[in-house]
Amino acid sequence: MSEQVILNIAGVNKRFGGLQALTDVGIKILKGQIYGLIGPNGAGKTTFFNVITGLYQPDTGTFELAGKPYSPSAPHEVAKAGIARTFQNIRLFGEMTALENVMVGRHVRSHQGVFGAVFRHKAAREEEASIRKRAQELLDFVGIGQFANRTSRFLSYGDQRRLEIARALATDPQLLALDEPAAGMNATEKLALRELLVKIKNEGKTVLLIEHDVKMMMGLCDRLMVLEYGKPIAEGLPAEIQSNQAVIEAYLGGSH
Amino acid sequence: MDTFIQQIINGLVLGSMYALVALGYTMVYGVLNLINFAHGDVLMVGAMTGLTILKYLNEYAPELPGYVKLAIAIGGAIPVCIIVNIVIERVAYRRLRNAPRLAPLITAIGVSILLQTFAMMIWTRNPLPFPQLLSSEPVMIGGALISQTQILLLVLAAVSMAGLVLLVEKTKMGRAMRATAENPRVAGLMGVDSNKVIVATFALGAALAAVAGVMWGANYASIQFAMGFVPGLKAFSAAVLGGIGNIYGAMIGGIVLGIIESLGAGYIGDLTGGFLGSHYQDIFAFVVLILVLTVRPSGIMGERVADRA
Amino acid sequence: MAILNFDVSRNPRKAYGSMAVLFIGLMIFPFFAAQFGNSWVRIIDMALLYIMLALGLNIVVGFAGLLDLGYIAFYAVGAYMTGLLASPQFAALLESVINQYPVFGESLVAIFGPEIQQNGIHLSVWVIVPLAAATAGLFGALLGAPTLKLRGDYLAIVTLGFGEIIRIFMNNLNEPINFTNGPQGINLIDPIRVFGVNLAGEPGSRATVVIGGFSMPSVNAYYFLFLFLCIAIVFVTSRLQHSRLGRAWVAIREDEIAAKAMGINTRNVKLLAFTMGASFGGVAGALFASFQGFVSPESFSLTESIAVLAMVVLGGIGHIPGVIMGGALLAALPEVLRHVVEPLQQKLFGHVLIEAEVLRQLLYGLAMVLIMLNRPAGLWPAPKHEDRPDSDSDTKDQSSGTVAA
Repeated sequence: MSEQVILNIAGVNKRFGGLQALTDVGIKILKGQIYGLIGPNGAGKTTFFNVITGLYQPDTGTFELAGKPYSPSAPHEVAKAGIARTFQNIRLFGEMTALENVMVGRHVRSHQGVFGAVFRHKAAREEEASIRKRAQELLDFVGIGQFANRTSRFLSYGDQRRLEIARALATDPQLLALDEPAAGMNATEKLALRELLVKIKNEGKTVLLIEHDVKMMMGLCDRLMVLEYGKPIAEGLPAEIQSNQAVIEAYLGGSH
Repeated sequence: MDTFIQQIINGLVLGSMYALVALGYTMVYGVLNLINFAHGDVLMVGAMTGLTILKYLNEYAPELPGYVKLAIAIGGAIPVCIIVNIVIERVAYRRLRNAPRLAPLITAIGVSILLQTFAMMIWTRNPLPFPQLLSSEPVMIGGALISQTQILLLVLAAVSMAGLVLLVEKTKMGRAMRATAENPRVAGLMGVDSNKVIVATFALGAALAAVAGVMWGANYASIQFAMGFVPGLKAFSAAVLGGIGNIYGAMIGGIVLGIIESLGAGYIGDLTGGFLGSHYQDIFAFVVLILVLTVRPSGIMGERVADRA
Repeated sequence: MAILNFDVSRNPRKAYGSMAVLFIGLMIFPFFAAQFGNSWVRIIDMALLYIMLALGLNIVVGFAGLLDLGYIAFYAVGAYMTGLLASPQFAALLESVINQYPVFGESLVAIFGPEIQQNGIHLSVWVIVPLAAATAGLFGALLGAPTLKLRGDYLAIVTLGFGEIIRIFMNNLNEPINFTNGPQGINLIDPIRVFGVNLAGEPGSRATVVIGGFSMPSVNAYYFLFLFLCIAIVFVTSRLQHSRLGRAWVAIREDEIAAKAMGINTRNVKLLAFTMGASFGGVAGALFASFQGFVSPESFSLTESIAVLAMVVLGGIGHIPGVIMGGALLAALPEVLRHVVEPLQQKLFGHVLIEAEVLRQLLYGLAMVLIMLNRPAGLWPAPKHEDRPDSDSDTKDQSSGTVAA
C-alpha cells in the first residue's frame, strides 16, 4: 500500500436552512485503502457523499483528489476528475441492458460525438468496440457477465448492486465511493460483496464506503470514520474505533 | 392617466379570473405534483353550463332580476364542473399517480381534447353569445369605466377566495389538504385519507373555475368550445408566478399577471415604437412564465422549485 | 409484428429481409395508388413529412425524454424561412420597409438590386434546406439553453408557450414591416428544383414530371424525394440511437442524476438533442413550404404540435419503427375519416352524425387517455430483453433479500 493520498478533504460545512448538516468534516484516504464511513441514521454520511461528489454545494471546504484540487461543483466534473459513486437506492438505467449501463460508464473516458455516431468512421468504430469490450470485462469482473444483454431492471437485487459497481468502475475512477452497497442483502450476498470489494482493492483501487453493517465494516475496512450529528467523533483503525468510548455511546450501544 | 387607471381596472378584472383558475392548478399541483392540463377547459364547461341555464331561465322565467339569474347560473354550473373534474380524476389520473412524468401529462392533454370535443358536439363549434343580464351602464371610478358585471365579478372572486382561505385554514378538510400537500405519506399515517383529500381538491378547483367561467362569459359576452385553453395556460403561468403550490401565491400571481397583461397590451405599442401592437397580448403570460422559471422558479411566494425532480 | 421483424440485434437476417420487403413495397406503392387518384399519394406525401417530424421529435422526447409541446414552432421557422427566401414575399417585405423607413429601404434596394424588389428572393433548395435547418436549430438552442434544466411538466408548458409565441408572431408580423404576411400567409412559394428537374412539373405540363424518360405526376415525384429523405432520417437517427451519444440521451431520460454521476454533461447533451430535433423540424418545414406552395399560421397551431407528440408517444416512444407507425396512422387518420367514415354515416344514417373533424378530435383524445392508461410505452415499444434461455443462474444459489421494485 503506497503512501499516496488519494482523497484529501478538510473543513466541510453544510447547512440546510436551519439545520447544520455537516460541521467541519474532513477525510484523508490513502491509495489502495478501503475507508469506511459509519454513524447512526441521519449522521450526515450520505450528505457528505453528496457534497464530495458534487450533488450538494458545500458552504466551506477544500477538496483534493490525488494531490490535485478539484471543484465539487458539478457531478459530471467530479466523475471526470476521478470519483465514481453508487447510490443508496440503486440508480440504474432501467430500460438499458446491463452491458449498456456499463458502457455509459465509459462515456466520460471517450469522446465520439454526432459525427462519429452518424458516419462510424474507423476511429469511432474502434472506440465503440473498445467501450463494449471493457464493459463486458467489467461485468465479468463483478460476476454478472452472463447477464450482459438482459434489461437491467429485470436483474435480481444483488445483481443490480453489482451492476452499479461495474458501471462506476467503468469510469476508471481514482476513488470508488459506495453508498450502502450492502443494504437489503442477506448474509450470503454480503459475503459475496465483501469478496468483490477485496478483489477491487487488490486491483489497486481506493474505496470509500458507507455502511450500516458494523461487523462487516470492522472486518473489511482499513480505517474508519464515525459521524454523529454531522460531526466526526472518531477516526482510526477498526480496533481503535471499537474501543472508543464516544463511539460506543453514540452508536454501538455497548456491544458489537 | 385615465388610460392607466382603466388598464389597471381591466387588469384587476382579468386577474381575478386568472386567480380563480390558478387556484385550481396550484391546489392540484400541491397534492399530486401534477399539472392538470385540462383545468382551463373546466372553465369552459362552467361557462357553457351557465349559458344553457341562462337560456332556460330567459325562456321560462324572464322576469327574474339579472342578479338572480346569474346566481342560479353559477349555482348550477358549480355542481356540473365538480362532477366533471371528479370523474376526470377518478378515470384518467388516479391510476397514473406513480407513473413517470410523461404519462399523466399526455393523459391530461387527452382529457383536454375530449372536453373540447364533447363541448363541440353539445354546443357546436361556433362562438355563442352570452346574454347581458346586468345593466350595461358603466360606473365611473377615478376617470375610468367599470361595468356592473365587472364589479360583480370582482366581488364574487373576492368572496370565493375568502371562502377558500377560510376552508383551508379553519376546517378539518382544509388541514388535511395542507398536510397532504406537505407530506402525503406522513399525512396518511396521521389518518388522512389521501383519496378523499384529492377528490376534495379537484372539487374545490372546479367550483372556482365554474364561477370564473360564468363570469367570463358575462364579461366578454361570447363563449366558445376552445375558450378555456389559452386562459388556462395563462392561469397556470399565474400560479407559477405566485409560487406553485401556494394558495396565496395563486391569488397574487393571478392579479399580478392580469395587470401585467393589461398594461402590456395597452402600452406595448408605445414601448416598441409601433413595431408590436396589442395583438401580441397573449405573449405576456408566456414570457412571464419563461422568465419566472428561468430566473426565480419558486415564484413570488417562493415555495416549490421547478427544476428539481 | 411476427411476419416482419425489424429488430436488428435479435435476428439480423430477418430484420434486413423485412426492410427489403418494405422497401420494395414502398417503391411501387405510388404507381399502385395512382389508380385511385392523385389525392391518395398527396396524402402519403404529407404523411411522410409528418413522419420526418415525428422522427425529429423522437430524438427530443423519445431518446432524451424531454417533453416538447411546441415542436411545431421549428417546423414553422423552416417553412417561413422558405416562404421568405423562395417566393415574391421578400419584395413585399422590401416594400413595407420602404414605406416605413424610406432611407433604410432605399439602401436595401441598392444592396439587393431592383430584381429583388420586383420578384423577391428565390434561393435554390440546396441553400434553403440547410439554412432552414440551421435557423431552426438556432431557435432550438435559444429556447433550450435557459429551459432544459426545468423539470418535465414545466418544460412541457414552457415549450408550449414558445410554440404559441412563434405562432402569434407569424400571425402578426406583417406590420409595420411585412415579414410573414400575417394571417393570409405567404403564397407562390417555389417548388423544389433538383438536378434540373422541377418537381411540380414544368409550367404547362399539368403537374407532370419527366425524369430520364419516365413521366409521373408531381405528387409521385415528391413522394420519392420525401421517401428518400425519410429513409435518410431513419438511418441517421438509428445510428445516433446506437452510439455513445444515444446512450447518453437514454441515460439522461432514465435517471438524470445517475447520468451526471457517470460524467455526462447533461446540460450540453440535452441541448444537443433539442437542437438536432429542432433542425430536423426546420428541414421538414422547408420541404412542406415548397411542396404546398404556401404557408399560413393555421398550419402551425398547438393542435399540430400535439399531433406530432401523439405520433411519438402513442406509436412507441423512443422506438423508431413505432414512431413511424404512429406517424403513418395519425397522419392518415383524418383522411381516412373524411373519405371513409363520412360516406359510411351517410349510407347508414342518411346524414352525417359526427363530422370527420369532430371524430378525429374524439379519437385523438380517447387514444391519448386510453393508451397512456393501458400501454404507456406506446403501441409498438422497444422490445425488452428479459428472458434469455441460456442464462438462468440467478435462480440457483442465492435468494435475494428483497427484489428491487
